[in-house]
Amino acid sequence: MSGPQENCPAVEIRNVTKQFGSFIALSDVSVSIRDKEFFTLLGPSGCGKTTLLRLIAGFEDVTGGEVLLYGEDIARLPPNRRPVNTVFQHYALFPHMTVRENIGFGLKMRGITGQDAENRVNRMLDLVHLEALAERRPNQLSGGQQQRSALARAIAPGPKVLLLDEPLSALDLKLRQAMRLELKRLQQETGITFVFVTHDQEEALAMSDRIAVMSEGIVQQTGTARDIYDRPVNRFVANFIGETNLLDVEIDRRDGSVDCRLANGEIVEVESVPAGIGSTARAQLLIRPERIELLPPQAGSMRGRIIEAVYLGTDMQYLVLLRGDIRITARSQNSDAAKPQFSTGDEVAVLLGDGAARLLLH
Amino acid sequence: MAAGIGTAQGTSRTFQPMRLWLIAPSWLIIGFFLLIPVLVMLLFSFLTKEFRGGVIWEFSLAAYDQFLFDRGLFGDDPATLEWTYIRIFVRSIVQAAVATLLCLLIGFPTAFFIATRSPDSRSVWLFLVTVPYWVNLLIRTMSMKFLIRDNGPVNELLLALGVIDTPIAMINTDFAVQLGLFYSYLPFMVLPIYAAVERYDFSLSEAAADLYADRWTILFRVLLPVVRPGIIAGCILVFVPSLGAFLAPDLLGGAKNFMIGSLIEEQFKGNAGNWPFGAACAMILLTMVLGALIIYARQHRPAAGN
Repeated sequence: MSGPQENCPAVEIRNVTKQFGSFIALSDVSVSIRDKEFFTLLGPSGCGKTTLLRLIAGFEDVTGGEVLLYGEDIARLPPNRRPVNTVFQHYALFPHMTVRENIGFGLKMRGITGQDAENRVNRMLDLVHLEALAERRPNQLSGGQQQRSALARAIAPGPKVLLLDEPLSALDLKLRQAMRLELKRLQQETGITFVFVTHDQEEALAMSDRIAVMSEGIVQQTGTARDIYDRPVNRFVANFIGETNLLDVEIDRRDGSVDCRLANGEIVEVESVPAGIGSTARAQLLIRPERIELLPPQAGSMRGRIIEAVYLGTDMQYLVLLRGDIRITARSQNSDAAKPQFSTGDEVAVLLGDGAARLLLH
Repeated sequence: MAAGIGTAQGTSRTFQPMRLWLIAPSWLIIGFFLLIPVLVMLLFSFLTKEFRGGVIWEFSLAAYDQFLFDRGLFGDDPATLEWTYIRIFVRSIVQAAVATLLCLLIGFPTAFFIATRSPDSRSVWLFLVTVPYWVNLLIRTMSMKFLIRDNGPVNELLLALGVIDTPIAMINTDFAVQLGLFYSYLPFMVLPIYAAVERYDFSLSEAAADLYADRWTILFRVLLPVVRPGIIAGCILVFVPSLGAFLAPDLLGGAKNFMIGSLIEEQFKGNAGNWPFGAACAMILLTMVLGALIIYARQHRPAAGN
């Protein structure tokens, strides 16, 4: 087996299109996944993320385009000849085999037997903490244990890339959060490239080195968690990741900075402007709720009135009505008793910190 | 949680007498139509025969003796092992086994095919499988006889096409009996296997392929073991009635291809009438089948986790 080259991407999807009959599941998708990276395909259901994963695994054939694994085109290979393994959404553990037999299956198929195979299975059992349950059958395990068996089974043959299809979606919340850390640890310990599919943005943000946000068969944006949260390239990404205020603005370009005029005439300053915006244009302003600071009315020029205050435990969430019937959502952490608290009906000043507002083209 | 379980148990305890009443009709039917007739047969097999049918209420082992030993025409020669009936039993078992194997070879792909269609067309295919049952088995077996006789449509067609020069003798052969059994009981193989394959999670096959298994390995290491309960149910449902069948052997096999079913039938009808002997044959058959099933169930009990 030739070792992966240093700079060669682990998986490269080049202009891949996938059609089911007349339905276009993926249209001209290109993604490059780096070696040893925790890469997440994130999007709502039906966005094509699972289809993309199945194309890498070989369960579906591409309609057009190339799938490269460490530089080698694998798009026409059957799944049993691709050095990638999959963790299935509902685990797909073999019900007639014990955990040990399940984990050993891939090794046996690759012709690894005897002491060698046994050592490797034991190492896997150790890795996912299932030594005590090795002789059980899948139906005698809890959801979390099945999940870990499925992981061990997929890692055992030593794949170059591990594909995970919403592996946490069938677990309850507490277990899901614990498994996130576990997955991240496994990825770092094994050094395998992980390609993880999820519709859960929190999961994606917590684990991924990089994320590709998908919708309607198109990759909308690829970047680190911080990139896609702080610098979304379009409305879809901005709305899908986290909560967002999107306000219509008119742009006035002056030397140095740019002024954005809200519908009510008030001016918001932004630092950076996306390329391709003329001196005057219509655009949208994106402001994350937690970047908005609310203060007593005398503290600023932009005023508003609280029309809804919701206590969320860690946060307070306010719905603020600005002049001209503009509504914005603001969040503040309940971290400091000295922080001003407001209730419905209070007049407030709305402050935007540096870099809080970001322009999106229409 | 604990309170919930307590309540549930309390409820079921309250309804215990009610449950007995609900089960009662099934027990009555099973008792009346299954247990009592079997006990009657068991009793008859130990009685003395009345010529031209019926029994004399006098204990006798003659029926079992007749099955196993040959004592000459007048019953006073030294007893030697009687092979006639054992041979009939062995032939029946072989015929039934061949028919079961045929049903499995054709039935499994059929069931797999139906189970992998779209849900809408599945019901159409299942309906088609059951269509033959709208016609009486006797009539279907007679038509089979008509089809495969020496100057029947099958031979005529083959002759007309020039495939053969002289008609193939199909009627009154083992082949005819196996064909008849296969045709009669095929749906009993298809339906349980269909039910098992329909529940089969095809992501298991994907998982196996993902773990480097080729098609044949997936079939033999994953698909077949997982749907095995359906296959076994189908085999039992075909093998057991085939073993006792008398229509197909009678009509298609002729006198040379006697099977257990015909042997037993003959003891209760017509001039050969010997009720205790017929009852004894039925008991021996029943014991063999039950014994085989019990041994099978014992061996596979540990695997019955799911």
